[in-house]
Amino acid sequence: MANDDKKNISRRDFLKTLGAGTAVGAAALAGCKPAGCNTNTSSITGEVPKDKMTYRTNPHTGDRVSLLGYGCMRWPMKQSSDGQAEVDQDAVNDLVDYALDHGVNYFDTAPGYLRGLSEAATGAALKRHPREKFFIATKLSNMAPDAYARSREGSIAMYRQSFERLQVDYIDYYLLHSIGGDGVPGVDERFIDNGMIDFLLREKEQGRIRNLGWSFHGDVEAFDHLLAYPVQWDFAMIQLNYMDWHHATGRNVNAEYLYSELEKKNVPAIVMEPLLGGRLSRLNSLTQAPLRRLRPDDSPAKWAFRYAGSPDNILTVLSGMTYLEHLQENIRTYSPLEPITPEEYDALEEVTQLLLNEDFIPCTECQYCMPCHYGIDIPGIFSHYNKVVNARRMPEDAGDSNYRKFRREFLIGYDRSVPKLRQAKNCIGCGICKPECPQRIPIPDQMQRIDQFVERLRLEGGY
Amino acid sequence: MLRKIRVILGVIFLALITLLFLDFTGILHGWLGWTAKVQLVPAILAANFIVVSILIILTLLFGRIYCSVVCPLGLFQDSVSWTAKRFKKKNRYSYSRALNWLRYPFVVLFIAALVIHITVLTGLLDPYAAFGRMAENIFAPVYRLGNNLLAYFARRADSYAFYPTEVWVKSWITFCIAVVTFFTIGYLAWRHGRTYCNTICPVGSFLGLLPRFSLCKPVIDPGKCTKCSLCSKNCKASCIDYKNYRIDHTRCVACMNCLDQCKFDALHYTARRPAKLSPESIGTHTGESGGLSRRSFLSIAAFFAVSKVVKAQAPIADGGLAVIEDKKIPERQTPVTPPGSVGAKNLKNHCTACQLCVSACPNNILRPSEKLSTFMQPEMSFERGYCRPECTRCSEVCPTGAIMEITPAEKSSLQVGRAVWIKENCIVTRDEVTCTACERNCPTGAITLIACGEQDDSSLKTPVVDTEICIGCGACEFVCPARPFSAIYVEGITVHRTI
Repeated sequence: MANDDKKNISRRDFLKTLGAGTAVGAAALAGCKPAGCNTNTSSITGEVPKDKMTYRTNPHTGDRVSLLGYGCMRWPMKQSSDGQAEVDQDAVNDLVDYALDHGVNYFDTAPGYLRGLSEAATGAALKRHPREKFFIATKLSNMAPDAYARSREGSIAMYRQSFERLQVDYIDYYLLHSIGGDGVPGVDERFIDNGMIDFLLREKEQGRIRNLGWSFHGDVEAFDHLLAYPVQWDFAMIQLNYMDWHHATGRNVNAEYLYSELEKKNVPAIVMEPLLGGRLSRLNSLTQAPLRRLRPDDSPAKWAFRYAGSPDNILTVLSGMTYLEHLQENIRTYSPLEPITPEEYDALEEVTQLLLNEDFIPCTECQYCMPCHYGIDIPGIFSHYNKVVNARRMPEDAGDSNYRKFRREFLIGYDRSVPKLRQAKNCIGCGICKPECPQRIPIPDQMQRIDQFVERLRLEGGY
Repeated sequence: MLRKIRVILGVIFLALITLLFLDFTGILHGWLGWTAKVQLVPAILAANFIVVSILIILTLLFGRIYCSVVCPLGLFQDSVSWTAKRFKKKNRYSYSRALNWLRYPFVVLFIAALVIHITVLTGLLDPYAAFGRMAENIFAPVYRLGNNLLAYFARRADSYAFYPTEVWVKSWITFCIAVVTFFTIGYLAWRHGRTYCNTICPVGSFLGLLPRFSLCKPVIDPGKCTKCSLCSKNCKASCIDYKNYRIDHTRCVACMNCLDQCKFDALHYTARRPAKLSPESIGTHTGESGGLSRRSFLSIAAFFAVSKVVKAQAPIADGGLAVIEDKKIPERQTPVTPPGSVGAKNLKNHCTACQLCVSACPNNILRPSEKLSTFMQPEMSFERGYCRPECTRCSEVCPTGAIMEITPAEKSSLQVGRAVWIKENCIVTRDEVTCTACERNCPTGAITLIACGEQDDSSLKTPVVDTEICIGCGACEFVCPARPFSAIYVEGITVHRTI
């Protein structure tokens, strides 16, 4: 009974935020006969509309921003002639052209993405289009633990470097990167005490920055601290998805709180991790059953994007799309957006409850922890573990009839996805990676836990 | 008929013993271990009187069928000769006189080496060990690369039927010796059949002393023989002196080929004695001697694989993997020998250097020694893995008693070495970071981290080894992040002890 009450309250809170969008969506739905819907709304196939994208208006500048934003941290890569990984610029150009052609106009990058290659690749692809056709976002990523990077000089150098790499003379959306990663003292040290906020505000006055905001992960006090700072922020980026709305894991903060605080201050929100690092797009058949009952043709990813885009104060929802198919599917989802209905909200809550019972490590494979100084492939290890958890093929109970099979799959799959010297066994527990993780995963502890699990399997001998 | 039986048995036996060397999954070791244990030299080294007696009795009954059915090197030569027959003219062998001046010194040398434990010699001369080295250094890598190809496709097909395994040269000297053995013996077999068995092989020459007393042996019936020479021309041991109706039974490997060749029913494998003939015989050919080149490799200088030294990458931005520098083998004052080998002396005296344990080791620890006194015998090193607690494979497969069979429970308290910490290499002191790798991975809890400097809980901690309970498994050395030389490594002990 208490649970039911709580559920109803949650639903009301989320749906309250939908506002006008709901009416439009409901009307669109009503106008479509159930039988006819299947052909056009299937998220995997069907045509990709060019002119039906849902746009949101930035209350501060009047920018019409596409609800789908392009996250530029996962551009396709290839091997260069000397064996190094480099961005596949031709593929990036194609993706950017396609995105712009289909109404996507927001591109989010950062100096550190793709080992520092993302800004230049994104800039080169966008340079081929008229400047007014797109909005570009990049960040002041001065969180490295050395004094120069955090100083005013280091920060300004990083800011100027972004202009060169992006080949632009103004930046549409500039973010103070990763607020909350190092708490209130981090905010003070990196942005306030060194005068960076004042510097950036002056840059904004001179038109080199059009919108000034920040991205948030982690410590809620830092969020409150910066939001209370006497500046009218133009936007802020938060992690929002149906898991995080009420059940944020680790030290993440429930998105409901973040969203409502931003709304009070008239700060539009930009969404990151709408799929929770891909977890919400890879639901196993059992977990996604409640969704399939309502919309048998919709992929779990479409559900997650619809959820993230439903609240009105969302300016854009970022997705790091490596493949054209992902881009197409997301364009379909938002062309136009069909907001989440109360019934659908309940189904997603059901899915959330199923997910909460899984032994999942909330790694989004963002690579912030990498490279580990000692060669450990941290996201690779978590990814393998999560994949097995997700597939419900964990070799947990030796009495289980599938135990031998699952054990073999787990061990062989582990060796396949992570070379021996990069496995959890070799983690030295130095903890250098720990503050880097925006999900606040206690990485060394998790490494130790996974290694103990693997060790238990290996002790039985053979594969 | 007899020939067919011999061929079938030989093919099966060769397949089984080769599989024993090729299998890296450990599944077949339990089933096929006997194929190595029935070999004569390993049985002698293991003091396995039952096997030795059975082999001697078999020889006394049927002649040197050991050489035709059991000895893998003999079977290997037969396979080569058989292949050669497809490319060369038939009837290509001929009788030659026995090179007794060469054969018997080798027997004496071998026995002397066995008695006074000059294992370099016994290991080099033992035909089973020579085959083992070829199997481990030539056949196994090919087999494993084939497996890795299948594993690659299995991975693409999302199947778990195959998994990849590491292929690497464990010792270049041993590898070279195996290659030289392969080509020398292969060449001799291609050209002359069983030359090696009747000139150098001490096992062949020793067993050759027995058939004169054998119950059954091939004999020529002078009444039926037309001296057509067909038998002699098809004798891969070159031991049929048809002109004098005589067969040199010291060299005959009881292959039965001649029985099928004779068109006049003049050859029989029988318990009857041949008719007495004049002992004088005229040699037509002298067989070429060969196979000595193997010995000339003892003086090759030690080979050191020089690992590429790359400085660890400093993190500039997100993503990517830090380069992991290859580890180098530390200089151990006492080599670490595998659990079950009792101690350095037992291993040295019993090991025939067949490489079966090296091939069976799933953790890539065992490799052939490059020191003269323990040449090609196994020793442990921990750059690619460590002696895992659940594994006792080397002790299961060893046919000579050099590594006695032990259980994982016994192994868990068996000390084969002791960890030594080198302060200068330790990253805790060098880079001033926290590191718990060695402590966390020690299976016996022999490593404790103790604050260096002040008695302050927050200060960095470095390892202290309790040498009483360290078993020398090498887990700490393997996981130690210091490269190229680990900051903690295992120093062997001469006699293993239970802690």
